[in-house]
Amino acid sequence: MLLAVRNFVRIRILFPLRLLTLVLLSAGMVSSSRTPASSQQPSTGSPTSVPAGASQAATAGSAVSVSSAQLQQTGLNIVVLDPAHGGTDPGARGSGGIRESDIVLDLAAQVRRALEAQGFQVVQTRQGNENPSFDDRSATANAQRGAVFVTLHISSTGLPGTVRVYVNSALPTVTDSNGLIPWERAQAPFLGLSRKFGDLIQGMLVQRFKGSPEVAQTAAVRQLRTTAAPAIAVEISSVAVQDRAEIDRMAPGVADAIARGVAAFKPSYVIPAGPGARP
Amino acid sequence: MTPRWRVRLIGGLIIAVVAAAIYFPILRRRVKRAARLQQQSEEQARRELTQPVVINPGDPRVKTKLFWGSDTDDSTLVPVTVELPLSNDPVLRSKQVLNTLLAGPVDADLRTLPPDAVLLAFYLLPDGTAVADFSEALATSIPSGIASEQLAVDSIVRTLEANVPQVQRLKILIHGQEMETLAGHLDLTGTFVVNSKPVQVPPSDKTAAAAPGTLTPEKAPGKLAQPERKP
Repeated sequence: MLLAVRNFVRIRILFPLRLLTLVLLSAGMVSSSRTPASSQQPSTGSPTSVPAGASQAATAGSAVSVSSAQLQQTGLNIVVLDPAHGGTDPGARGSGGIRESDIVLDLAAQVRRALEAQGFQVVQTRQGNENPSFDDRSATANAQRGAVFVTLHISSTGLPGTVRVYVNSALPTVTDSNGLIPWERAQAPFLGLSRKFGDLIQGMLVQRFKGSPEVAQTAAVRQLRTTAAPAIAVEISSVAVQDRAEIDRMAPGVADAIARGVAAFKPSYVIPAGPGARP
Repeated sequence: MTPRWRVRLIGGLIIAVVAAAIYFPILRRRVKRAARLQQQSEEQARRELTQPVVINPGDPRVKTKLFWGSDTDDSTLVPVTVELPLSNDPVLRSKQVLNTLLAGPVDADLRTLPPDAVLLAFYLLPDGTAVADFSEALATSIPSGIASEQLAVDSIVRTLEANVPQVQRLKILIHGQEMETLAGHLDLTGTFVVNSKPVQVPPSDKTAAAAPGTLTPEKAPGKLAQPERKP
């Protein structure tokens, strides 16, 4: 009887689902093969600067317009901090009721103070318990000139007391004749800088948090992909600790390492000549 | 008609009715059984189409590398070699290795994928792009975080890389849908590079390796999150 029910489920529900998968897949193939073509037609009509173009492009959900000529003139003076999750999305949750979204907000405040003490201007993607979309957060970063982006996370796994820095996986760089980068791959021209930035901060972190890796890791982090700036994710281990105080005790060290890492990265902050070029 | 004949006729009719009354249920049972048999064979055929692929003992036993967690460092993967009878067909072979990976290692702590996750479908397109459709449990039961999500995808990618050379890229779907992330962090909108070198593929297909929208790792293929292992 149970078998019959299971078969019924398989036949009546899973079979159409599989057909749906095929249809979705072919649709996905078609749309992905169209992406480079659509990036050839900038939605804003002409190459626009990051502050104006990026936020418009983000809300339109199409292409980020980054003019490399304008970026070249600026040095690093802004740090965009992204406390991950928030609102209805608590992120990682520990058995002791620890919520990632709460901790990263407090952590961001500490990192902010450390960065401001070093003379940097700080922009946050969220101030309270709200949950902007990935694109909204990237738009906040892409609207700044001379900025780096740091997204803050607490993991579910890993050795408690360690911190990992992540850089986005390689993305094929596609630019059109106007030098515009598609929004979907805004991180591509910045990967080399992100790697340098990530390694510097991971180097600062490993001095304080033994057991952490010595160089930044590579991962396909969604938040980093649409960010047109040197961008890293910092993930602290972990929500599995019994007492939240264990993570809170790490916060000053993490904040200090990030602030010193950003200061050390400042001289290297030379934006590539063209969006396709890598340092 | 004489009364004697009338009695015989009525007697004959009564016998016929009694015989029919006895035979009818038997006949009905036979018709039912026949119908059930037919239905069963249809069901059997459908079940064979949708059933998770079981290992066929007739296939040649080959050394299969499965990537599970390490017992010394829970952020790295360690290949475990087991001998499994694997099909030569790349789709069947992929299903067999992924189902074995999902079934998990002997030590449950070394799992990289949730125990309730199921592989619903697996397709291989002519250009070497594979599509693996997992049940929702893969996204909902996995511990949220960059490290844990990366480890899960990496174990799938590297297990396919080690055992199915025909798979060049992998697209992961959840319950037939394309997801933005696995569980809030890891990007599932692109494809993951499995084998960068095409194997037994005609030269015309090689250009497909640079298909747009692919997420390619910076270093070696299939090592998206391979953390540096320090002595």
